[in-house]
Amino acid sequence: MRLELRHVTKRFGDFVANDAIDLVVEPGQIHALLGENGAGKSTLMNVLYGLYAADGGEIRLDDKPQHFAGPGDAMAAGIGMVHQHFMLVPVFTVAENVVLGQEPTGALGMINVKKARNFVTEISNRFGFDVDPDALVEDLPVGVQQRVEIIKALSRKAQILILDEPTAVLTPQETDELITIMRGLKESGTSIIFITHKLREVQDVADQVTVIRAGQVIGTVPPTTSQTELAEMMVGRAVDLAVHRTEHTAGAVALSVKDLTLLDPEGRAVLDDISFDIAAGEILAVAGIQGNGQTELIETLVGLHKPSAGTITLQPPAGPAQELAGRSVKSILAAHVGYIPEDRGKDGVVQGFSIAENLILDQVGGPPFSSHGGLKMKAIADNAAKLVEEFDVRAGSAHASLSQLSGGNQQKVVVARELSRDLAALIVAQPTRGVDVGSIEFIHSRILEERGKGTALLIVSTELSEVTALADRIAVMFRGRFMGIAPAGTSRNVLGLMMAGVEYEDALAQGARGGTPTSQSEHDGGAEWVS
Amino acid sequence: MGELSPEQATTGSRVRRAMRDVATSQATLIILSIVVALVVGALLIAGADAGVRSSIGYVFARPSDFFSALGHAVGGAYSSLFQGAIFNLNPSDNIAFLAPLANTVAYSVPLIFAGLGLGIGFRGGLFNIGGQGQIILGGLLCGYIGFAWHLPVGLHLVVCVLGAFVGGALWGFIPGILRAKTGANEVIVTIMLNAVAGFLLAWFLTLRAFQANLNTPISPSVAATARFPHFFGTAIDLGFVLALAAAVGVWWLMERSTLGFRIRLVGENPEAAKTAGMNASMTYVWVMVIAGGLAGLAATSQLLSGVAQQLNGNIAGTFGFDAITVALLGRSKPLGTVLAGLLFGGLRAGGYIMQSATGTPIDIILVLQSVIVLLIAAPPLVKAIFRLPDPERRRQHLAKVAARTVRKEAVA
Repeated sequence: MRLELRHVTKRFGDFVANDAIDLVVEPGQIHALLGENGAGKSTLMNVLYGLYAADGGEIRLDDKPQHFAGPGDAMAAGIGMVHQHFMLVPVFTVAENVVLGQEPTGALGMINVKKARNFVTEISNRFGFDVDPDALVEDLPVGVQQRVEIIKALSRKAQILILDEPTAVLTPQETDELITIMRGLKESGTSIIFITHKLREVQDVADQVTVIRAGQVIGTVPPTTSQTELAEMMVGRAVDLAVHRTEHTAGAVALSVKDLTLLDPEGRAVLDDISFDIAAGEILAVAGIQGNGQTELIETLVGLHKPSAGTITLQPPAGPAQELAGRSVKSILAAHVGYIPEDRGKDGVVQGFSIAENLILDQVGGPPFSSHGGLKMKAIADNAAKLVEEFDVRAGSAHASLSQLSGGNQQKVVVARELSRDLAALIVAQPTRGVDVGSIEFIHSRILEERGKGTALLIVSTELSEVTALADRIAVMFRGRFMGIAPAGTSRNVLGLMMAGVEYEDALAQGARGGTPTSQSEHDGGAEWVS
Repeated sequence: MGELSPEQATTGSRVRRAMRDVATSQATLIILSIVVALVVGALLIAGADAGVRSSIGYVFARPSDFFSALGHAVGGAYSSLFQGAIFNLNPSDNIAFLAPLANTVAYSVPLIFAGLGLGIGFRGGLFNIGGQGQIILGGLLCGYIGFAWHLPVGLHLVVCVLGAFVGGALWGFIPGILRAKTGANEVIVTIMLNAVAGFLLAWFLTLRAFQANLNTPISPSVAATARFPHFFGTAIDLGFVLALAAAVGVWWLMERSTLGFRIRLVGENPEAAKTAGMNASMTYVWVMVIAGGLAGLAATSQLLSGVAQQLNGNIAGTFGFDAITVALLGRSKPLGTVLAGLLFGGLRAGGYIMQSATGTPIDIILVLQSVIVLLIAAPPLVKAIFRLPDPERRRQHLAKVAARTVRKEAVA
């Protein structure tokens, strides 16, 4: 089925989210929709899927104009969507999830599960999905849950499949498998609209690439276009894709963690006997699929959880070594440990506070921002003016509410707050999640600057490309354990195996035998964090 | 895509934008809520009026009867409400002219005190329903010091006021510490403590030391040395000045002190507070102690001024609950709370006059208050009635526009 969007426009008040967008997806084409966060990709897809009504333009399928009043109409017309956050019922089986909303019923309204199960098996076999129809969704890995979503869309006879940032939650191996699946679907004539901001995947799988920026189509180009050009189209200016690292000059060990264990209330080990050292001026990156204990690790390091066993020793540049395990967050922060939390909106900032107030959240107790229980408004305002300037926070005024800032600028506020302190160690989680490309560049350079100052850095990131770009050494976490610490420059393939639970030495051996074929770009040697 | 030039934006849409800013402001919302409440009140007054009811039977035969009865009932009730709350239009002298306003101020004092306290709780993320109990405990201590102790003029008053604060603070400390140490829900604990405080007061009033006359649950009057001085022979006394001072103090606490910063932080985002190394639990204790103390001060307006100046079973009236609505109406901010307290004080002062002058039941005041709060709690309702633009959507939209402008600048 051929999809054509003609001059589709969507406004929210005076704000034009999509401005006369033209897009053609040929049958059996994988069409990548590339753009930064907030460029209007998701709005456009929501219009196509019937969630928003367009203010102008038309949607044509096989040259027939369509009017979608809701997702039901879009589905009926053959459009399926796999959202970034899956719409599955965890306690239902795969088959039950697939038929949810259109259950085939037999006598007395009983659900004909057999029919559903057969359908899942059939699709699964045809495209090599390897999905058990009777498995409970909550027991399945994320990559398989995603396939269940795809089966769900196919079961509704989708001929055009929208995948919204499908690789954000996958391991490199799962990503490769997804790409295989996408190719298989394409062979069978299904068109795919593939939303992403990762350049490498675009080049791997897409037939056509449409770049959207600030609600407008910047251009439709072949996937052979270079990454630099694509990035430039996305951001609207020349972007330096390489992370510039100075040569690593490791100092003495600054942060030393030994046998760190954290048990959950049921007595299961969330952190299982973790040990590592980080030298002053070194970045240890922690890779791994989300939910393998990374969050608990950093929260334990800053004192939000009390470790069940183990030690965390900080050796500041001056003064005696300090034991951090079991201390309060306040005293750990006071010991010159900086913390950039993973969920900025929940833990890092207060939306209702001003930018100036957010810049002193964890420093309000003492000088220079307060004395005798009163806030020193001038010191707070001066600090805000200085940091807003220095960290290039794009805001009308430092007294404006933080909620008016974009995600990238909110993250800059958090980064500015932590880096403005004198640090011995910095714990960073997902430094660039939900941050636009321009700000990513900036945040990375500030982090590397901090490394140059001799701070020991622990960076947790689920973006493998970010890990490989920043790290001096890479630890991979799986089910609360370190699968080993690999040197910088370890291949994606080996790291991917470790992320799936293979120990470093075994992964190295398997990787050498050549597991899954790796893509070309990693051999370029350059650090391509956008991939 | 055509960008609006700055000139176009300023000339063409300035008036429209000004209109929209006014239409979406909180003040407009509150004023319109009051208007709607007055309309609802008018309907009820008309419905309760015998003249209106009898004339509606032949409204098509002689509509003038109906409308004059309607005007008489509603106009009479509201004009006496106004005269009771603001100006006496038939005064005997200047003081009598302003006497209703003075009454309004006097009635507003306990509402302002307790409203300030509850507002601090709301901003700190605690829904403190215990104003009632905190006022009672404040009253117990304040009253006892007032009638049982003998201290010099001035000092006695200061000690009495402190006693009211300490009594309320103590009753606030209990739910605060329970929340901090055990996570006990403050809503339930404060409601229960209201009941405990009520019975505690009743029990104290059975003691001989608390009774002016044997077997009468009314205490002796507070000594003259501990009473608030009055201004200009009106109902306004030092209590109102103290209430205003408390409002300024609360403003400083919330906006200019580190404790207030912590209170607001914990109220807005307790997770971020923990991540910033703050002890959220201790903040809850502080909030409840200060909130309770302020609520306790509400008791002074019954004991250190007013008519009876005696401790009785009704010392807290319904101030503890009315103050919740005052704090909500005032958006938990000090200035808003003072204004809301004056509004409710005015309704109460005028309500008594209205009842005696026109026979309109004072319960109508309760209806007015409830409708105002209901409408303010449900802004979409007022917006639907008056077809106002939605400020929340507008705010989000502005944020998007700002973000886009910034991006464009970055591009350029």
